[in-house]
Parts: sequence; structure tokens; C-alpha cells
Amino acid sequence: MAEVEETLKRIQTHKGVIGAIVANAEGIPIRTTLDNSTTVQYAGLLHQLTMKARSTVRDIDPQNDLTFLRIRSKKHEIMVAPEKEYLLIVIQNPSE
Amino acid sequence: MFTDETLETVGTESLWRKSRQFEHDSRGCQTTPIEKVETEAQVVCCSENGTQTDPDDHHMHSLFASHEHRPDSPGLRDFLHRVEDIVIRELTKNAKSHAFDGFEVNWEERNQTVSCVHRLQHSEAQERGLQVTSLTWSSTGSVIACAFGRVDDGDWSTEKSFVCTWNLDRRGLDENRPDVSIDVSAAVMCLAFHPSRPSLIAGGLYSGEVMVWDTSRTQDPVLAQTGMLAHTHRDPVYQVCWVPWGRRGELAVLSAGTEGRVLLWNVGADGKLGLSAGYALVKQQVPHSGTLSKARGSGCVGITSLALSPWDPDMFLVGSEGGLVLKCSFSTQTVAAAEIATTSEGESVTLLAPAQFCFSPRCGPVHSLHCSPFHRNLFLSVGTDGLAHLHSLLQPDPLLSLRVSDSYVFGVRWSPTRPLLFAAATGQGSVQIFDLGRRSLRPAAVIDQNIKGRPVYCLEFNPRQTHLLAAGNADGTINIWHLSAELTEQGSREGAQLEQLANELAE
Repeated sequence: MAEVEETLKRIQTHKGVIGAIVANAEGIPIRTTLDNSTTVQYAGLLHQLTMKARSTVRDIDPQNDLTFLRIRSKKHEIMVAPEKEYLLIVIQNPSE
Repeated sequence: MFTDETLETVGTESLWRKSRQFEHDSRGCQTTPIEKVETEAQVVCCSENGTQTDPDDHHMHSLFASHEHRPDSPGLRDFLHRVEDIVIRELTKNAKSHAFDGFEVNWEERNQTVSCVHRLQHSEAQERGLQVTSLTWSSTGSVIACAFGRVDDGDWSTEKSFVCTWNLDRRGLDENRPDVSIDVSAAVMCLAFHPSRPSLIAGGLYSGEVMVWDTSRTQDPVLAQTGMLAHTHRDPVYQVCWVPWGRRGELAVLSAGTEGRVLLWNVGADGKLGLSAGYALVKQQVPHSGTLSKARGSGCVGITSLALSPWDPDMFLVGSEGGLVLKCSFSTQTVAAAEIATTSEGESVTLLAPAQFCFSPRCGPVHSLHCSPFHRNLFLSVGTDGLAHLHSLLQPDPLLSLRVSDSYVFGVRWSPTRPLLFAAATGQGSVQIFDLGRRSLRPAAVIDQNIKGRPVYCLEFNPRQTHLLAAGNADGTINIWHLSAELTEQGSREGAQLEQLANELAE
């Protein structure tokens, strides 16, 4: 299972990456490269947002589905790769 | 109706042995349990050949847990496999992308215009035609103090002058009448509010005196002064500022005058400013920068501007009448050539030669210098040649030279909030704001002071309410401007751009 950690490490080494989090379908973090409280906050909130985004996409067109979510903020860009069982959240500072 | 039937036998196993075993319990043991603990190991696996103690599952587990053996989440590996590529692709793209550069969202009502919120004036000073020579904001950002004097008149005069303060946060502010007006015996050239005590103002006079006023004292606001003693400045004092001095970090007043001396004064309890250190710039001790050939003869370097660095407490910059810009050090050990100042008690303070480095000279007095609050090596200088030079402390030649005005430029200040922005006060009655991020030599904004083309002598950003900019004019008025959001809100990559500017041009 070292592969999981290695993947996260690989992601972490990319330019400007602040951290990566894997959360499960309930929004509970299971792997992280960040500290505890930040992880819990990011995982919980982004899980909710992702679910909301997904239902929006599917409500507009039931044949459609959410594949990727990117949030651009003043300081960061947050990327969410969703799937049925897990979410991968990556936080990047693109101007770094 | 009834027949014989043979059923399979059902047996019950005797439990007597087992029940004995279950009940087995050791009542006593002659050896104590062997305890073993591993504090640290560099191997992942460990095997034991033989042991007389029971294997401890728990301990083994915790040793592994720090590596991999957490309860596995099924499918996690596959999930990461699937998403890794796309995430990494986006991350790389994102790091290179400039799609969002300069993109701003209007969430709030942004203030789009620059507007004049106050036009302060003191009728008595205006009647006598005095000019605003210096401005300073208090540490709280609510009080502005201004000095009246004359810049255009080179004569020695005994004309009286004023220092006035307005509290902009006060209700019932009267723009035509200052809250406090202090009469001063000579023209005031420079002012500086104490960095933490909002009632103290230090000022330098045309007569060479340095004074400290306390505006909270209604009777006699003069807290301390140098008087007219031999060791004070003999020429007009062009700059005063507060610097931490001594072991306990109390603040002393640093003053610089056109006779080439930078003096440090302690505010004494007896209403006297005591000289605690002094520096003198003498021409032959100024480090040469190759191109320096015009500055011939001996004598002093007349100081017209001085700037402290927010990054290095030991360093200060000095601009001179002759166009020199010098980097100086407080901790210098070199004694200045043939100059000794005597304090009032008869002790002498040896004047030191602080100059360490000379930047390429300009043609005309350097009126203002300011160190960048966002980059430790950058500073700006302006002078009578109408150019603003962006300098790095690391090289003699300017990184960038901008034409600010066809006339003189009297003041320059970096924005306290935007790393790439600075404002300059021109001799043509306007404040020009430059944005280095635009890569254009034209100002980002020109704020006309509405004074019929007379010069603007000074300008200051408010350190607390950073959207306020004060400009002091030749007709004795002070305009307080409310800057637009564009001029006050830092963009996303501005810090990096400033860094780039400092590095790329230095090569």
C-alpha cells in the first residue's frame, strides 16, 4: 500500500502544491499531507461542495456527470477529483 | 396406528475435560513477565527465532503502523491511479498558466475613483503665503500634521511659522482651522510623528534647530529643543525621523542638515535634546563611484533627504544637494575628517563618517528617497531632474529611470499596500502615481492638486488607513485624497513581480 503514499508524494512535489488530501465518500479524510485541523476542514467542506456541484450537473442534464472540480481563489487553486468512493483534493498556489 | 420406529442416536460429548481446561487459571508464577519495548528500529520487519514470552501482537502492529499497515481502504490504490494523471496534468498546466493574471472579481462595490475628501488650510499661513513643506501622519493614522515654511526662498529669515494638526476622524472637523496650531520661530522644513506616541512630533527648522512638540500639552507644546548651540545644525534641517537607539530601544531623533551632518538626539527630561551621536559627510571621505568627477574640492555634502530602511536598522540612505545618493551605516567606526562636535556639557562626540557606498550621481539635488516596504534591496530617489530612479542597493546604476515630470520632483513614496506602486509629487501641481507592473513609462494616475500649476512639495500615504494620501502644496493647502481600489488593492502576483524586477534588471 506504499503506492498510495508515493502517489501523494509525487503530487506534493509539483510546483506550488500546498497539500493533497484523500477523503472517503462521507467526507472523512483518510490520507493527507497537511495538518489535522486543516485537513478535516478542507475535506468536510469540499466534500459538501462537490456533492452539491455534482447534483447541479446531474439536475441540469441527467445524462451528464461531474468529472472534476476546480476552484480558483485569490490565493489558491483547489482541485477536486471526485469518484464514487473517494475524493482527491489538491491545494495549489499557482502564483508561487 | 402405532409402528415401531428406530431413530438415529444422538450423542452428547462429555465436557468434563474441557470444562476443566476452561477453568484453568494460574494462581502463581515464579517468574515475572518479561517486558520488552522497542523505542526505535531502522528495519521494517523483525523476526524472532525463539522466545519464552508470548508474542505481543499489539507492539508488532504499532511498529508497522507507522509505515503502511493501516486498515486499508479498498480500491483506494486504483482510485489514485485513475486520477493521478489528470491531477498532475492540471497542476503543471496551472503552474504555467497566466489565464488569471490581472483577473479581478468585483464582489464588493469597488471605489473606482480618486476623490478629494478634505482640503485643509490654515488661513493665517495662507495670508502670509507660507508653503506646506512637510507632512506626517500620526501612528494611529487619524491625525495629520503639517509644517509651514518656504522652499522657494533661499534667504535667511526670521519669519515665524506654524505646525498645524488636524484630526480627520473627529466630528466637526473644520478644514479651515487646525485642531492644534503651534507657533514656531522659524520656517519648519520637516516633521515626523513619533512611531508609537501619537502626541509627539519632531521637527527640523530652517534655522538648524531640532524640536520635539507634545500636542497634548496645551500651555507650552515644546517638549524639547536643541537651542542655538555650537554643535547643532548650522544650516537648514531637511529631514528628521525617529530611530531606536540604545540598549532599551528608546527612540531618538535623527536629523540631517545641508551642512552635511546627521545628528542623533536624545529627548532629555529637562527639555533639552542631548546629542548622543553624530555623523558627518565630508567630500573626500565619500566613496567614489567611478563617474564621480564633478564633485571637486573639499567641504561638506549638503544633505537634502534621508531615508531609513524598514529591513536593516543599521542602514540609512542619504541624498545630497550635489546629486549624490549614499548608503550609510550607523555602526561605522571611521572618524570623519577634522570634525568634532562638543555637547553642552563640554563632552565631545566624535563625528563619524558613515558613507559606505555611492550610487551613480544625479544632476541636481536629490529631494526625496524612500525604501520599498516590500523588497529589502529596492529604493526610489527623485530630484530636480524630473526623473524617478528605481535603485537596487546592490548596484550603483539605477534599475529603472522614469520621467515623472518636466519640472522638479519634490517627493516620492511607495504605496504601503501595493508593492509595485509609488507616488511622486511634482513641481507642476500634480501627484503622479506609477504602477511598475504596467511596464509602461506613463503614470497610472495623475492627481491634479488644483493649485494652478504651483508645486506640490510633499506627500504621505496614511500608514493605517492606506487608501488615504495626503499632498502638501505651495499655496499652503493640504489635499487628502481617497484612492481608488485599483491603486490600493494588491494583485495576486505583485510580490513576485517586484522580486522579478529586482533580480532580472540587476543582471
